[in-house]
Amino acid sequence: MSNGVPIVRFENIEKSFGSFKAVDGVTLDVPNNSFFALLGPSGCGKTTLLRMLAGFEHPTSGRVLIDGEDMAGIPPNKRPVNMVFQSYAVFPHMTVRENVGYGLRVSGVPRGEIGPRVEDALRMVRLEAFADRKPDKLSGGQRQRVALARALVKKPKLLLLDEPLSALDKKLREDMQLELVRLQQEVGISFVIVTHDQDEALSMADLIAVMNRGKVLQVAPPWDLYEEPNCRFVADFIGEMNLFEGRMLSADGGQARLDLKGIGLVDVPWDYPATSDVALAVRPEKMRLYREEPELGWVRLPGKVAQVAYFGDNSQVFVETSQAGRVVVLRHNQSRSRDEPYRTGTDCWVAFEPTDGIVLSD
Amino acid sequence: MRNPIGPLEFTRRGWVRLWLLAVFVFLYAPIVILIAFSFNQSRRNIVWTGFTTDWYGRALNNASLIEAFTNSIMIALISTVLSVILGGLLALGLYRFRFPGKPVLDGVAALPIVIPEICLGVALLVFYARVGWPVGLPWPLNLSQVIIGHVVFSFPFVAVVVRARMEGFDRSLEEASKDLGASEWQTFWNVTLPYMKTGLIAGALLAMTLSLDDFVITFFTSGPETITFPVKIYSMVRQSVTPEVNAASTILILFTVLLTVIALKFQKPSEGVG
Repeated sequence: MSNGVPIVRFENIEKSFGSFKAVDGVTLDVPNNSFFALLGPSGCGKTTLLRMLAGFEHPTSGRVLIDGEDMAGIPPNKRPVNMVFQSYAVFPHMTVRENVGYGLRVSGVPRGEIGPRVEDALRMVRLEAFADRKPDKLSGGQRQRVALARALVKKPKLLLLDEPLSALDKKLREDMQLELVRLQQEVGISFVIVTHDQDEALSMADLIAVMNRGKVLQVAPPWDLYEEPNCRFVADFIGEMNLFEGRMLSADGGQARLDLKGIGLVDVPWDYPATSDVALAVRPEKMRLYREEPELGWVRLPGKVAQVAYFGDNSQVFVETSQAGRVVVLRHNQSRSRDEPYRTGTDCWVAFEPTDGIVLSD
Repeated sequence: MRNPIGPLEFTRRGWVRLWLLAVFVFLYAPIVILIAFSFNQSRRNIVWTGFTTDWYGRALNNASLIEAFTNSIMIALISTVLSVILGGLLALGLYRFRFPGKPVLDGVAALPIVIPEICLGVALLVFYARVGWPVGLPWPLNLSQVIIGHVVFSFPFVAVVVRARMEGFDRSLEEASKDLGASEWQTFWNVTLPYMKTGLIAGALLAMTLSLDDFVITFFTSGPETITFPVKIYSMVRQSVTPEVNAASTILILFTVLLTVIALKFQKPSEGVG
């Protein structure tokens, strides 16, 4: 792997299935040694992109480069990548050891070398004790580890993971997230994971590409994606978001004056030229709830609690405000109490600092 | 103390047991009688007069019966192998590819299952006569007409069974194999074929059984020289049903049971799970 060349480069990729455009002009780099997530709702083209890397789909136009090499015309079995399938696709008639050794056997690795490499791979995913079992005697999580070991034993330049955790229950999924991050650091190659689960992407990836309708909307590290979304779709898809629609009146000197519907004039930081229609987006955890009108220079909205979703560690409180419609506030349940303090029907005030909001123009 | 009978414990109810017994008697009594009377001293299958194994000796020394038996086995083996190859490929093709006319082929392939055997027999007879199929060839080539006839009606059965098996196949297994570096052929050999195996064995058993006891199509397609076991038995029965026929039939039953047992041994339960 030469320095500077990204491990994956998509150049103006388009892919149509009949009249449906699954991928619509994607240009994207995946850096070396990164945990890269393709995130988006189902049908956004993320799986198609992944399958292009594996060689199961071919772009209608554009180029796919892996480690600087054009992949056009190179079949799946000749590519330096391996994949973990959504269904795991563990061969049912082979033992765990045979499954893991399969890739080495069919590509003609000398017999003497296969044994030790398989043992190493099994140790890496902690399956040594299950080496002689058939897949039907394994749990879902163990089968997934077989699929991982089977792909990693081939020492690919890139590991592809297609919704790898979707079939696992919550607890196991969280364990596997940590495990995958550990594996990626251990083997030092890039992992490209496809997921529709934003929590999964945020907690595992160092770089996330958000996709919708065949286009990549934003590529950023998790923190930036969450705190600096570049459009309404990303803001809304990643986490929860309150959107206050309005207009930009003026912008200069790093400041902009907004006129928000139902709220009025608000000053926010803004380094770009003025635009007209904007929305101010505020995360629920950046909003506060008060019983009485607070003595603050913040934006304050009176309202009534419409609904509460209790999660134990926190509660989502939906407040119907008279000025700006329904807003969501995240309350951390920091002290132990016998009852939800903001029950449905409680009169309250919602407040937020305008600088915690994100100005979205499209 | 006996526990009360649970709602799903059907086999502990008296009338269900009686019913089961009746079913078994109905199914197996004729076969049991056939086998029992093959050891009877009397020439007639009516009164039991004493135990003997003479009829087995006679059957095994009956040259024409042995010849018919070998013919039948030979036909069954060859037609089964051909049916499994043809039926397996047909099922694989229908499962794997999309092509114009696929629904038509799908329907037409199952036609020999539906067409009455007598029609198929006549059709084959007319066909062989029309093309002037060579007769009087040395054994086993002289069986070719019968073998082809048997393949025609048994390969669709193999195809149907294998096709049903393939419905449960996870295509990503094939993709995974290629992703791991296997060629198309290696993938077929190491991943697809092992999955098909259960279906192929079941299909082979069906084809073998169909071929072994086929009378109608064999009767129409075999030349004057070639006699198969069912045809031979038929001609023997026309004179009288002697215990020799019973003995020969018992040998055939043993043979098919043995085949089934061997086939089931190949299908260890853990390997069929997909």
